[in-house]
Amino acid sequence: MGRYALKRVSLMLVTLFLITLMCFVLIRMLPPAELPMNDPHTKVVQARREAAGYNKPYLVQFWIFLRNIFTKGDWGVSDVLYFGQEVSTIFVSKLPATMVVNLYSIVLSIPIGIAFGIWAALKKNTITDDIISTFTMALISVPSFVYAFVIQYVFAYKLGWFPFLMKQGTDWFSWAMFKSMIPAVLSLSLGVIAGFTRTTRAELTEVLTSEFMLLARTKGLTKVQATVRHALKNCMVIIVPSIFGEFISILSGSLIIEKLFSIPGVGMLYLNSINGRDYPMFMLLTVFYTAIGLVAAIVVDISYGFIDPRIRMGSRK
Amino acid sequence: MSSNEVYKDMDPSLFEFASRDGEIRDTKFETKARGYLADALVRFKKNRASVIGAWIILALLLYSVISPILSPYTINDRDKYYVNYPPFVRWIADLHIGIFDGGAIHESQNEVSMAQWRAVAEETGMDPVLKILGTTTTVSMYRGQERVSVTYKIKTNKYYEQGMIFRVFSYEDFEKIQQYQNETGIQIIYPYVESSDIQDINNANIWYKVSDSRGTPVYDADGNFIPAYSKNKAKEGAPYNSIRIEGDDGSYIYSMQKSGAVQCRICYYNYYTYVYGHEPMFLMGTNSMGMDLFGAIGIGSRFSLIFALLVSVINLTLGAIYGSIQGYYGGAVDMLMDRFADLLAGVPFTVVTVLFQLHLAPKVGIVPSFLFAFVSTGWLGMAALTRKQFYRFKGQEFVLAARTLGASDKRLMFKHVFPNSLGTIVTSCALVIPSVIRSETTLTYLGIVNIQDFAGTTLGTLMSQGQTSMTSSPHAMFFPALYFALLLISFNLFGNGLRDAFNPSTRGVED
Repeated sequence: MGRYALKRVSLMLVTLFLITLMCFVLIRMLPPAELPMNDPHTKVVQARREAAGYNKPYLVQFWIFLRNIFTKGDWGVSDVLYFGQEVSTIFVSKLPATMVVNLYSIVLSIPIGIAFGIWAALKKNTITDDIISTFTMALISVPSFVYAFVIQYVFAYKLGWFPFLMKQGTDWFSWAMFKSMIPAVLSLSLGVIAGFTRTTRAELTEVLTSEFMLLARTKGLTKVQATVRHALKNCMVIIVPSIFGEFISILSGSLIIEKLFSIPGVGMLYLNSINGRDYPMFMLLTVFYTAIGLVAAIVVDISYGFIDPRIRMGSRK
Repeated sequence: MSSNEVYKDMDPSLFEFASRDGEIRDTKFETKARGYLADALVRFKKNRASVIGAWIILALLLYSVISPILSPYTINDRDKYYVNYPPFVRWIADLHIGIFDGGAIHESQNEVSMAQWRAVAEETGMDPVLKILGTTTTVSMYRGQERVSVTYKIKTNKYYEQGMIFRVFSYEDFEKIQQYQNETGIQIIYPYVESSDIQDINNANIWYKVSDSRGTPVYDADGNFIPAYSKNKAKEGAPYNSIRIEGDDGSYIYSMQKSGAVQCRICYYNYYTYVYGHEPMFLMGTNSMGMDLFGAIGIGSRFSLIFALLVSVINLTLGAIYGSIQGYYGGAVDMLMDRFADLLAGVPFTVVTVLFQLHLAPKVGIVPSFLFAFVSTGWLGMAALTRKQFYRFKGQEFVLAARTLGASDKRLMFKHVFPNSLGTIVTSCALVIPSVIRSETTLTYLGIVNIQDFAGTTLGTLMSQGQTSMTSSPHAMFFPALYFALLLISFNLFGNGLRDAFNPSTRGVED
């Protein structure tokens, strides 16, 4: 197990390194942003570019880039959006908004999703199951911005229960802030709820028909006891790793939802850096998103092994 | 004691041979034999949701082909005034059943604006007020006196509401419009009103005497408006020989001098009819660009559908070849190719698109580079699927037999193993299409990729345009979003049904 994990992590690091190198070269090949003439920061940015080796070969630039990150935590300075400011500082300042919104969404959606999944599985092939499955299907097929529109229109505009956009400020856990986040949280959650419902339903229907369930009922357990103690435990093997995966991706946020509800988070920053052609910012976020994706995949894979001893990872077939 | 001894006392004559001469063979099937495809079709038809999905897809495809043809507008017909206007079709609106009447709600309209609606109705003959939904009476103290003010909540027809506008024409255009008026009897040009006569209000819809700059009308003894049309012949722009309004003794002027041209007061609804040759008709309203949504959705979805089809064909081919090689050879080749695929899979799709847009778009154009972006990582899923199928089939006897007979690697791969995985591959195509449409629309919605110049518009662009005016005109977001949602849901239903039908063993296992 340990060896397998080690192998996966080292492979991931190599992959991350190669992707970073690839993106770095591709980004640096583009002409850097023009600097305004009479801005006091222009000189600073120019000096920083000089130090980052903008005129040297790409591999040398990459070496300097990596060295700066590991020795000083320096990712360069923003040259369009936040002119002359450290990219990493801006990035860190954007993290809380994304994390708080996504955290609420996960805390809300996991129990609801699993509950609906169990309900649908227990009532398999009834009208309840059909309704739940249809909704799940629809929510999974359609991207979140479509139902974000409905939520925004109905709850924020027609009914006026919530503000249109997220409140400004940094009081992340105040009531007003929470209230202003609700439409965004709902829009984010629906997709996640549907995902968990589908996984739980599929797994549980599979488990419910297996022989040990029959045995459990034969030895005298009630249906509830058998389902909770035996069936649920077994389908958690699939569900728990995906919960871990979800928790890691709370960092990444959603470009669309953050744009729609103007959440000052990472996704919004990413979108702005793309549309504004802020290459140093884009580079940092590219590495960040790549890393999140890779780490989430690994955590999911490795957690299978920890949760279910029957799954032997990395053993030779 | 053997069994022979037990039965030795039995009389052999009791037994007779069941068949001595006849051959033993299975009874022939009385039903017709069914092939793989027919079998799949039967299973598919049993899945009601998928069949419905298939019909919806067909309807949507039909829509995207037909609607731009049916729509009287092209994608470039963008009206400056009819922007974000609700659905309107004249002959349905005339039925007064509350649909397609261009209706919009106006809150708290005071007497002055109510008078203005009335004036528009009287002058153009088209009453913008559809319904008074409610009245609010407020009593306030003003300079020691009680003053009662009534405000109305009304539903108006936005198309009629536009009423009059001022517009400058060249002399020739002015002549042409007059000719058109004479031929059709539709009055476009109305008598000119000078703003100096109406308390300097710059509003083309006020043609009556007003008492203050807010536009409070002055009524005559019967409660009618008193016309304030200009009779200032000295300032008349050009001679007018066409329809005159009722009550005009020939003294009203219909145009105003404007350095080498004439300025007129025109009824916009009729002017629109003159320009386009037909009355405004928007089955789904207009969006924030003034486009006809009915046609625009068709045009936008055309691009999405063709693009998605193209992408999935390319991806399936690439992925199938890559996966075949990987799965067939296995071992070190498999591992190396797998690492390469992992590397590509690790790059977030947004990054891929953006990099392609930045590097390739200036050289080969936006759409090809967008296509490359989809192709560059899109085949990974297909490759993994094919690889799995190859691992399943390559060790089986029929492959060994073919190999013994001297079949080459290529022949083994594509003639013997690959056809076995065809079912899986073809069915997954039906699920690749919606996922491509989904990412394409998301990217155009976010404005990361802008393909309006090529495709006219896209569903994503339409939705982001609708988003900007969501509260005032939800229909501009609603219709594209509805089409989009239906398309994705029906494709997914259809794809799932197809997969279940072709691979009964994976039934119920999602993804």
